[in-house]
Amino acid sequence: MTRFALIGGIYSNWRALETALSDVARRQVEATFCLGDLGAFGPYPDRVFPLLEQAGVLCLQGNYDNSLATGLADCQCGYTDPRDNHFARLSYDYTFRNTSPAHKAWLGALPMSRRLDVNGTRLLLCHGSPRKINEFLWESTSPDGFLRYLLEDADADVLCVTHTGIKWHRDLGGGRHVVNVGALGRPENDGTPRVWYALLTIGGTVHVEFVPVRYDHEALAADMHAERLPGEFIETILSGWWTTCLEVLPQKERARGRF
Amino acid sequence: MEQVTSAATVELRHLDNLWIQVSGTRCNIACRHCFNNSGPRATAFGLMTFDTVNRAIAAAAARGVREIYFTGGEPFLHAQLLEMITCALTVAPTTVLTNGMLVSDRIADSLAALASEARYSLEVRVSLDGYTEQMNDAIRGRGVFRLALAGAVRLAQRNLLPLITIVRTWDDGDELAMLAAFTRVLREAGCDRPRIKVLPPLPLGRELTRVAGLQRGECVTTAMLEGFDRDLLMCSNSRLVTDRGIWVCPLLVEHQDARLGTTLDEAASSYELQHQACVTCWRYGTICGNVSAHIEGPDIAAAPEAR
Repeated sequence: MTRFALIGGIYSNWRALETALSDVARRQVEATFCLGDLGAFGPYPDRVFPLLEQAGVLCLQGNYDNSLATGLADCQCGYTDPRDNHFARLSYDYTFRNTSPAHKAWLGALPMSRRLDVNGTRLLLCHGSPRKINEFLWESTSPDGFLRYLLEDADADVLCVTHTGIKWHRDLGGGRHVVNVGALGRPENDGTPRVWYALLTIGGTVHVEFVPVRYDHEALAADMHAERLPGEFIETILSGWWTTCLEVLPQKERARGRF
Repeated sequence: MEQVTSAATVELRHLDNLWIQVSGTRCNIACRHCFNNSGPRATAFGLMTFDTVNRAIAAAAARGVREIYFTGGEPFLHAQLLEMITCALTVAPTTVLTNGMLVSDRIADSLAALASEARYSLEVRVSLDGYTEQMNDAIRGRGVFRLALAGAVRLAQRNLLPLITIVRTWDDGDELAMLAAFTRVLREAGCDRPRIKVLPPLPLGRELTRVAGLQRGECVTTAMLEGFDRDLLMCSNSRLVTDRGIWVCPLLVEHQDARLGTTLDEAASSYELQHQACVTCWRYGTICGNVSAHIEGPDIAAAPEAR
């Protein structure tokens, strides 16, 4: 039996990352993989890098990382709404300014996908989808037939992604699974401050467990306040409701939130 | 004449989006900018039968379709639309593009029930082209604003948050003020969480005669696609079924060269981008799909994998 921890969407939330990695350390996992988007939204972007390094986390590049490393003008989330773009810009400019050149170069050297073979089970890890680094795989807009197509096209049995910030798991039968591992960086628009990561266990079958992480979110809010990050971001950390970047949410996920 | 020299050809990479022109070009109104000349007396395309629609959905499901869109004309003129949406939602997330005027309390109740029971998202896109009666109705017809807004509010009251779709008929510099005004009016009317999608005007149908000065004779050339993310072009990921066959995309239904066959297999062929509307798609990308459907970004298949 092989067990992996899968984390994603760190968004500079170094406090949640620290708590999650301590939790992972108690669970006897073979390896921990981070599926990208180390920066964004939160304070002190450089603080997540030593934590990931000390824990031996194997990272992939997300769209945010790709933008930071290549000096793009935005995060490649594709917002068209002026309000979402306003906050995305504040977040991106802050993160770009406060990520060291060495860390940007390190992000640029990360792979965009990773393949593993666990006793014949073919795993593919990536940030958005096997097609694109910034393709959103939401639960309510990723139908079974489409996911089967993605798996077949990518020669994989199990696909693990992040990017949306909200976790889900689909068992497609025949040993095929798609897992969105969620995000450690911000709560998943459910009115609680907890964040999530995933444990993937592969034995005779594939088992997915989502692990809630309760961390000192009030201390993170204080960090964000000290860094003069927008009050809207701090509100999300404290309340668990998304206040920005709402445009990309499909109807079902949007209707569950407050804003 | 449109210039076709060195027009680019685009392959269907995967059928992500199935568009269904369920009500043909039949519409209860005749907007001045309508790109396919729909209206009360428009007969270029007719109503699709329930069987034809179901067969198209099944064929698209077998190909791993990602999203299904119902369009027209006005889809709610079709008496069996709700049954068709029910069928589509068993396969994929589904979107209805409507003028909102026929969304009664009964229809809003049914849509809200379908949305809450389905595994996948149901999106209702309501078209509005002005935040006042005067602005909107100058484009969409007298009395339309009041009825469309009432339809949108009925949906919002049931937590089926409509996506208000607006064709940009203002200067770029006015964008923020226009969107702020739309948001305020929608909130005041009862859509307390407004969702807005702005579309560029399309150089097609009545829009060609509505606005003077649109450039004529442009097409997408091979050179224009060098380094361009082809996923942003509908022809790389979509097809439109009608009562008269399958077209490459919803925008080109009036062009016979864009009719690719009668089955999705036949219509999987590549397409040469000969029309001005293709330039609009190339320029703006993602114009017909919902907001998060296709976003420009790196294709990771080209990057080395870690093992």
